[in-house]
Amino acid sequence: MRTTAAAAATMADSGSGDIAVTGNRDLAAGESGSDAKNTTAEQGTTLLKTMEINVAEAEKRTGKNAVNMLETYTVYLIETRPVDTVSEGISPTPDSLWRRYSEFEILRNYLLVTYPFVVVPPLPEKRAEFVWHKLSADNMDPDFVERRRVGLENFLLRVASHTALSNDKIFFTFLTEENGWKEIVFETGFQAKADSRLKALNATFRVKNPDKRFAEMKHYGDELQSVISQLLRVRARVADRLYGVYKVHGNYGRVFSEWSAIEKEMGDGLQSAGHHMDAYAASVDDILEEEEHYADQLKEYLFYMDSLKAVCRKHELTQFELEMAAQDLSSKKQQREELATGTVRTFSLKGMTSKLFGQETPEQREAKMKVLEEQIQEGEEEVKEKNSECDEFVNNAWCDIERFKDQKDHDLKEALISYAIMQISMCKKGIQVWSNAKECFNKM
Amino acid sequence: MKLRKEGGGIMSGSATEPAVLPPSPAQIVPTDLSEQMLELDDDDDLEVFSKDVTVTDGGAFSTSDQISPCSLLNQYGFEEEEGDSNVKDIFVTVDNPESHVTTIETFITYRVLTKTTRSEFDASEYEVRRRYQDFLWLRGRLEEAHPTLIVHPLPEKFVVKGMVERFSDDFIETRKRALHRFLNHVAEHPILSCSEDLKVFLTAQAWELTSHKKQGPGFLSRMGETVRAVAASVRGVRNRPEQFNAMQEYVESFGQKISSLDKIAQRIVKEQKEYLEELRECGPTYTLWSGSEEELVEPLKGVASCLDRCCKEKEDQVRQLSEHLAPTLHEYALCADTLKAVLRRRDNIQAELEAKNDALATKKIDREALKEDIDKLEDRVEWANNALKGDWNRWQRSKRRDLRSAFVHMAEKNVDYYEKCLAVWESFLVSQRTEFGDGAERRLPSTS
Repeated sequence: MRTTAAAAATMADSGSGDIAVTGNRDLAAGESGSDAKNTTAEQGTTLLKTMEINVAEAEKRTGKNAVNMLETYTVYLIETRPVDTVSEGISPTPDSLWRRYSEFEILRNYLLVTYPFVVVPPLPEKRAEFVWHKLSADNMDPDFVERRRVGLENFLLRVASHTALSNDKIFFTFLTEENGWKEIVFETGFQAKADSRLKALNATFRVKNPDKRFAEMKHYGDELQSVISQLLRVRARVADRLYGVYKVHGNYGRVFSEWSAIEKEMGDGLQSAGHHMDAYAASVDDILEEEEHYADQLKEYLFYMDSLKAVCRKHELTQFELEMAAQDLSSKKQQREELATGTVRTFSLKGMTSKLFGQETPEQREAKMKVLEEQIQEGEEEVKEKNSECDEFVNNAWCDIERFKDQKDHDLKEALISYAIMQISMCKKGIQVWSNAKECFNKM
Repeated sequence: MKLRKEGGGIMSGSATEPAVLPPSPAQIVPTDLSEQMLELDDDDDLEVFSKDVTVTDGGAFSTSDQISPCSLLNQYGFEEEEGDSNVKDIFVTVDNPESHVTTIETFITYRVLTKTTRSEFDASEYEVRRRYQDFLWLRGRLEEAHPTLIVHPLPEKFVVKGMVERFSDDFIETRKRALHRFLNHVAEHPILSCSEDLKVFLTAQAWELTSHKKQGPGFLSRMGETVRAVAASVRGVRNRPEQFNAMQEYVESFGQKISSLDKIAQRIVKEQKEYLEELRECGPTYTLWSGSEEELVEPLKGVASCLDRCCKEKEDQVRQLSEHLAPTLHEYALCADTLKAVLRRRDNIQAELEAKNDALATKKIDREALKEDIDKLEDRVEWANNALKGDWNRWQRSKRRDLRSAFVHMAEKNVDYYEKCLAVWESFLVSQRTEFGDGAERRLPSTS
């Protein structure tokens, strides 16, 4: 399973490398908007090209938590190794450290806030969802832990193969320094930004001229979330039923064995047929475990949609801020004009009071005019800034969205093909078992 | 059906081969059989119309079973060589169910087609229509005439569980196939297939059948039989021959196992149907998804169409299971009950004999008459035992053949299903591979 994740990430890596190179140059130039101090000097490459990353193991730990209570949690071993040593055939012991799921969450939140124009890879699910009956929804279940290990590795590989994200210093430290990482990341002050980001994402506001592409993307994100959720639910039910079908055949094995004891000529055939029935019943466990991996691939993109929609939302936010600034500027200009010409075209409290209480003195008017001019100048600066911010965001974000689209198309196509391969494998097993059974039945 | 002639006479009590004999009064039967038949006639007349309840019994052949050359077979063994189907000279099919509506009731009739080269049949082809009641009548007659032969069971009157509509298409189809199997088992039976009742059933027009049904052992004699049967079963048998003990044990175990298998087969059908119901949702969901995509439209639609195809194949597979394995297992569960009844009837005959022997020990008067009765009973017991022994072997062979064929058929259909699905998915892969180009090597399907 690990190879698939690595392969996927490698494919994604080469894909993103080709496409994002141009984007990256823009990024490098425009990085000043983000926390530039946290990026390394590498440009146009990804961390994955120089470093091999594995999430090798999972272990249970017990310890005291924040409220001084004992809790059991799982930690995951992250191993890193420089790529050139591996390719040279030398295999030194990898550097390694332990991280728990909550630390991954912190890292991800940091990345979300620091790179708002990137469709940030998702983490594997916190709790098991879309479960079918045989699988437990328990977080401590070894199968769940194993699948989570794979998901976490996948997350790291995706980040490490993204040109912008992989060059982040905090990310690098996450991989290399076990102690003190938490303090470092909190020092960046990302937490405050994360809170305000969350607030902004949930706020309702109307944007007058959103970029249509982002609106469409957001809509696509909603659609994909809905259809993949539906697919996962259906799959879980189908898995349940398939399990039932296979397992009932185990009863044949039992009864054939009992029956063969009272038969003379039929006994041997029955007995051996019974063994094949048992084998058939047992084979479903492997089949469904493989299918679980397919479900995980779908889930990754289900969760990816949140990131995608967040980027679109962020665009709306920046666009909204631009529109607000522009509106503000325009109203200030309006006021200046009114002040200059003495006409009141728009309703304003000032206008009313001056009508009621008389005109202002020329000195007052001049003072006001000066303030307005200053404000207008500031406003124009702000609009200019916001405009370029918006443009920059649109460019960067759309670039990453295009990269993401290609990655998604590629990965999901691979997933569908691997699903077909799974079905083929299941059919071949079925043919084998029933052909063998048929031979035994013929000997009855 | 190969005919093996018994060497020498047709003595009751020949220990070597399972011969079937009529209970002639202790006499060596002359080679001129016509006399024998006349004697049978007398006997049967006596037996049928006698008011002596101790003697009356359907143990002999029914009144109509005498003149046919088929009864010659009675002298011969039950040896049946497998695969000797070129000797089969009668072919029966049941099909074409039709609804009949009268003022009183609605019922289904089935077409019964017979093709035969047997000389006792006037023509070589017959087509008649029969209803379930007629089959019940036929089976009843066969059991009466041959209480210790194993007559194949009929499908049940009603299916209690599952609330099956009496006239639902599925129910009618299942019943039709079971009736077909019943008739075929009877037609294959060396003795039962010679039954005059069977001949009438296969050839007579409706009114002829009705009038024929009215003949035969009347209500009174059947009553008498029931009374005696109850009395005998209360008495119980003392010295059951070991062979029949072994049969009893086998039938109990076999009955249990087959009933289990019957339930398992039905459960599998149920699980498969529920699986199919859920699977039907998959294809449409992938199609729905394809509506939101651009690049992924082809593979998504491809997967959807594969799933839809697999649903069709699963439907087929389930139908095969319902039509073949499940009914066969159910029939053999019913067979177990039939076998138990046959063993009971044999026991009853022996119990009667034992009772008479007991009576002989105590009674002073009528000893001659009693001794005569005992002689007759001894013959009957002998004959019943041999009939059962012979038919037991035949039934074992038939059971083995039927069950083997049913399980082999199931395995074949399952292989079929998987092969068809395999082809569907493989062709999808091929279509995707050509689009992918150089990435293809990585996607070789695993070799089992």
